Amino acid sequence: MSFATGFRHGVHPPEEKELTSQLPIRRMPYPDELVLPLRQHAGKPAKVCVKVGDKVERGDKVGEADGFMSVPIHASAAGTVVDVDWWPHPDGSMAEAVRIKVDRFAPQVARPRLVPHWEGLTTQQVVKAVQDAGVVGLGGAAFPTHVKLAPPKDCPVHTLIINGAECEPYLTSDHRTMVEYPDRVHFGIRVMMHAMGVQKCVIGVEKNKPDAIEALRRTVPKDIDVTILPLTVKYPQGAEKMLIHAVTGVEVPSGKLPVTVGVMVQNVGSVSAIAEVFETGLPLIERIVTVSGHGLRKPANLIVPVGTKLRDLLAHCDGVTAEAAEVIIGGPMMGQALANLDAPVIKGTTGVVVLEKGETREAAVYPCIHCGRCLEACPVFLNPSLLGDHARVQQYEEMADLHLADCMLCGSCAYVCPSNIPLSQLFQASKVALRRAQAAVT
Amino acid sequence: MTADKLIVTASPHIRSLDSTPRIMWHVVASLVPVVLSAAWFFGVSALLQIATAVAVALLTERSTGKGGAIADGSATITGLLLGLSLPAGFPLWMTALGAAFAIVFGKQVWGGLGQNVFNPALVGRAFLQAAFPVAITTWPSAGGGFFTLHGDLFAMPLTHPLPDAVTSATPLGLLKFEGKGTPLTDLVIGSTGGSLGETAALVILAGGIYLAWRGYLNWRIPVSVLVTVMALSATIHFVDATKPDALFMLFSGGLMLGAVYMATDMVTSPITNLGRWVFGAGIGILVVVIRVWGGLPEGVMYAILFMNALTPFINRATQPRVFGTRLVSAT
Repeated sequence: MSFATGFRHGVHPPEEKELTSQLPIRRMPYPDELVLPLRQHAGKPAKVCVKVGDKVERGDKVGEADGFMSVPIHASAAGTVVDVDWWPHPDGSMAEAVRIKVDRFAPQVARPRLVPHWEGLTTQQVVKAVQDAGVVGLGGAAFPTHVKLAPPKDCPVHTLIINGAECEPYLTSDHRTMVEYPDRVHFGIRVMMHAMGVQKCVIGVEKNKPDAIEALRRTVPKDIDVTILPLTVKYPQGAEKMLIHAVTGVEVPSGKLPVTVGVMVQNVGSVSAIAEVFETGLPLIERIVTVSGHGLRKPANLIVPVGTKLRDLLAHCDGVTAEAAEVIIGGPMMGQALANLDAPVIKGTTGVVVLEKGETREAAVYPCIHCGRCLEACPVFLNPSLLGDHARVQQYEEMADLHLADCMLCGSCAYVCPSNIPLSQLFQASKVALRRAQAAVT
Repeated sequence: MTADKLIVTASPHIRSLDSTPRIMWHVVASLVPVVLSAAWFFGVSALLQIATAVAVALLTERSTGKGGAIADGSATITGLLLGLSLPAGFPLWMTALGAAFAIVFGKQVWGGLGQNVFNPALVGRAFLQAAFPVAITTWPSAGGGFFTLHGDLFAMPLTHPLPDAVTSATPLGLLKFEGKGTPLTDLVIGSTGGSLGETAALVILAGGIYLAWRGYLNWRIPVSVLVTVMALSATIHFVDATKPDALFMLFSGGLMLGAVYMATDMVTSPITNLGRWVFGAGIGILVVVIRVWGGLPEGVMYAILFMNALTPFINRATQPRVFGTRLVSAT
């Protein structure tokens, strides 16, 4: 059955996935140096637990979790700690990071470790194991996965939704994971359903990945209730609230978390990271990254050690073309453009996209002509035109009344705006200003 | 490669191909056939009229707007629409005055493109209607040679314009003041008296369909206007057969030009789709009311201007429901 589900509004940017969608995942060699920021996840940064000169093995902790809303950071290769200092972070800021000189002659074999058998574990033990392995949401937001595994008691979860939409242009890492490691995805789902006591699971995959849908269907376990649901190809289909709406037909109430409607969403990459924890015992020290874009000589889907500098990553892909203009961490719709290529790949890095001149946003901005395209694009039915008017004159309170908080900065409005008004940038700045104002009041 | 050469912008880093100038110039391009059909019926007078309006609109925009503002195409549209809404023999100095007025008081005093409440071309025309009520209702007949100069195109300011030797009334005027009908085929083809752009309903409709297909015009407004006019006038005609029927109403006067090109001005029409239906219906009702019961034979201009004024209120009343503010049961 090819019935596809979707949501109203949204946009259709060029997919550009054909650059990498058929390329098998390859492993990238270890770079000479790794940079491991202690802040790679939402929540509290990890606390550094090594000092300069320490020798570390692959998989050793370099940062401890600081409380429940935090995860540890592990060394992704054997080597020597050469520095613990501030370093460019892929979000554009600076962050404290552990730098490791990789030992060229180390076998890069992790210390022998116990692989916990998932069936005998209680929920708490699974949560602990997942936290210890440093697993975070690999879809980009990097929310600690173990926190999601322990939902509040008054909100029972009845459906686990696996996000395989991958609606950002260019990115194919989740796609290749589903095609090449469908068993691992299903194993991760099995562990999660066991740990959370959930009976039902739906994997949402955009229809433009028929091979992924086919691979998942071929390998679906018979003894648990897992459905693969093809979704309309539309941005932002992979946004949590849009996906939940597509799968269950329910709108997550404004300002509430998905658990309030009894569902929990995990990214395909996160699920397979959990599977790896219970298959090999290895923590999250590498991830699959799509390196793509017309500004790159050799696009690829790579297994990249966390901490690999972008410069090394791009060099491994034969470097950028002469026309390359902008390097983006993540996809072109929500990703972060970077000026400093010394910033490393971190756990939440879904991809690196190099745009050429002419593909980037042109500079000319015209006044809003009230064409209404942003209203038809906004997946949460806001009025971006009106919000933009308020943002320009800093009327943040009015924006709050117009549900600015429901804006997830997906960029659909700015993408369609014929006047090239940087709407999502205005909204991001307004959200920050509003938070500051509210913090000042309380 | 060095890091210095990279540009850094906020997300999203890509954008759709459409731009505001592109939309505007497409509208301009779709008006070219309308201009040509005006030239077919009224000869070189039509071209002089439209060229004057466009040239003065551009000059005014140039001298009052920000640098490069004429490149966005909006002033060209204002000039074209104003020119098309005038009779062929209208003195050119009045046209020039109207075009300047349209840009300055229709747009620039509000803050330029995107800020004005009223359609600039209609502001210009309303000004001319108030200032020169006789000249603007002197309709030369279509026909004559191509190089026939209709009316008193080159009258000097403040002189008394010469009455045109050959004039004719518009179909709406004929009906209202003389009780005479006009064959529907003449209306559809456009071989009747009237403003330059009043006479080519089918060409205008084709341009509108093209723009709607390209997504440069919101189809809801013209559909709403035309359906309302048809439904309402059919009802009135059914009750009182002396009143004009639906097809006459549809193809006479400036309704097509107004519904397709003026009411759909994005800046001055509602931004929500529901609001666009309301806006169009409001125009339709006002057009019928003015034409059937009002003192004027034609009411498209005032209907649109009136609804322009209501646009902010329509917008406010038709805000979309934000996602997650009402629970929808699972299907």
